[in-house]
Amino acid sequence: MKVLVAVKRVIDYNVKIRVKADNSDVDLTNVKMAMNPFCEIAVEEAVRLKEKGVASEVVVVTIGPKAAQEQLRTALALGADRALHIETDERVEALTVAKLLKRVVDDEQPGLTILGKQAIDSDNNQTGQMLAALTGLAQGTFASKVDVKDGTVDVTREIDGGLQTVSLKLPAIVTTDLRLNEPRYAKLPDIMKAKKKPLDVKTPAELGVELVAKLTQLKVETPAERQGGIKVASVDELIDKLKNDAKVIS
Amino acid sequence: MSILVLADHHDGQLAGATAHVVAAAQQIADADGGDIDLLVAGENVGAIAEQAAKLDGVSRVRVADNGVYAHQLAEPLADLLAALADDYSHILASASTTGKNVLPRLAALKDVSPLSDILSVESADTFKRPIYAGNAIATVQSAETLKVLSVRATAFDAVGESNSAPIDTVDTVVDNRLSSFVGEELAQSERPELGGARVVISGGRGMGSGDNFKLLDGIADKLGAAIGASRAAVDAGFVPNDMQVGQTGKIVAPELYIAVGISGAIQHLAGMKDSKVIVAINKDEEAPIFQVADYGLVGDLFQILPELEQKL
Ligand SMILES: Cc1cc2nc3c(=O)[nH]c(=O)nc-3n(C[C@H](O)[C@H](O)[C@H](O)COP(=O)(O)OP(=O)(O)OC[C@H]3O[C@@H](n4cnc5c(N)ncnc54)[C@H](O)[C@@H]3O)c2cc1C
Repeated sequence: MKVLVAVKRVIDYNVKIRVKADNSDVDLTNVKMAMNPFCEIAVEEAVRLKEKGVASEVVVVTIGPKAAQEQLRTALALGADRALHIETDERVEALTVAKLLKRVVDDEQPGLTILGKQAIDSDNNQTGQMLAALTGLAQGTFASKVDVKDGTVDVTREIDGGLQTVSLKLPAIVTTDLRLNEPRYAKLPDIMKAKKKPLDVKTPAELGVELVAKLTQLKVETPAERQGGIKVASVDELIDKLKNDAKVIS
Repeated sequence: MSILVLADHHDGQLAGATAHVVAAAQQIADADGGDIDLLVAGENVGAIAEQAAKLDGVSRVRVADNGVYAHQLAEPLADLLAALADDYSHILASASTTGKNVLPRLAALKDVSPLSDILSVESADTFKRPIYAGNAIATVQSAETLKVLSVRATAFDAVGESNSAPIDTVDTVVDNRLSSFVGEELAQSERPELGGARVVISGGRGMGSGDNFKLLDGIADKLGAAIGASRAAVDAGFVPNDMQVGQTGKIVAPELYIAVGISGAIQHLAGMKDSKVIVAINKDEEAPIFQVADYGLVGDLFQILPELEQKL
């Protein structure tokens, strides 16, 4: 079974973001970029499936500017076999990303496609579900366990009340939650080897997908900053403040 | 055109978030006109529909009661919504794990771009939503004729419950050959729901063990609080995943949030910084949590918690 993994280049999760002075967007100039943490988990899961003999090949795909090839190389160093870069400098809406990925699924016919549940820049949590709809496949979102069986996959999902396990007909789409696995670090020899692994480049036009935008970002603002408060010296003072100043306990 | 709200429910109860989502729908209706329909889909959901009919602002409750909708799996629910969608200008659901699972699938079936986690309704087509873990707020305008929106419940005040809207039946039954329910492990708790609690007390890695979370119980009892956790506490196995507060966990905005042994990473702050009053208890006076805390108490939680419980 082939496993397809979609990854996204985003701001490193440790970076504190700045909003541009003209409020048009977040300022990403000279900011450290990295693979979206949920996508790393997706790559790790695919590589583990290959190590277990469940997956025969791991293909990784990204949509983005030229620089996003860095994230593809990272995925190759972590154990993916080959990569596909769909190159564009434009902002691509999640629905269009899903349409591009559908073309890749049509071409590659993976048994399982794994994506991160959300990207930590747009925080949309949409693409996997939309890809599942467009391909007519089942979806196992927010996965904390993936168990491939014969013709089906059991996915344990992190839901608001706890955990839910569903059985999905294969092929299927899975999106990862944080506790699915702990991604490994790429070792230097693997990073060297990754440079020689195949990496194909295509354009959205070659895949027959038009980049339409239905959502316009009118403005980006910094949320109201919380005023730092005070330090209290004792439990008694804390209780007094909560009762008499903040009036949130009685 | 009308607005459709997908009701959130579990364990035979209407989820509290639904009344907040109806409030968001009400704001759209105020700007754009249109009635608000509330869809209750599931198996044996008659009692939930009765609860839903009480919500103010709802014109009609529509009930799709069939085994195929049991456990609210995404595939049949999205198909059902897609079958109903042509009568509506907006389809809303709470940004709960159910809403986030179903709405994007519906949107792609209808070939429209959805918007996740809206915080405010600026007009019938323009909404604010958090990006970058809530460190920026984007104002986004949608050119779609059908707007599919998940709503951050804590950002809207719940509507009242003095209505008695008519209830009718949706006969659409879809076929689901893609997915089936295997089982679930739901946390049982006598405490209020995290998302709706007036007081939340959360423990982090500093709690040291799952057993030590008992130190929060007595305080939670006295304050009627829900208990939450940081990701580090969940990952370490101290407590189950449904207690996680943050960018990728639950979003809470209680009157009082007490963070105990939590450092205050941006991903944690994303889930609680809209709380009215924040208290931090941490032994490291440099911990970033103190930058957002109204009241900070520097010290060892193992001494502070028993004293706090006793003095409350
Ligand atoms: C993509 C992504 C998503 C994430 N999503 C979330 C999320 O949703 N929610 C979330 O919480 N995190 C999330 N995280 C993780 C986040 O970055 C932090 O790692 C996590 O919040 C740290 O948890 P903590 O504060 O409990 O642990 P630590 O950062 O280890 O802090 C422990 C604190 O306890 C204090 N302490 C220790 N012992 C005592 C004592 N005896 N008395 C008093 N204080 C004590 C220490 O001084 C320290 O400040 C996410 C990370 C990533 C990459």
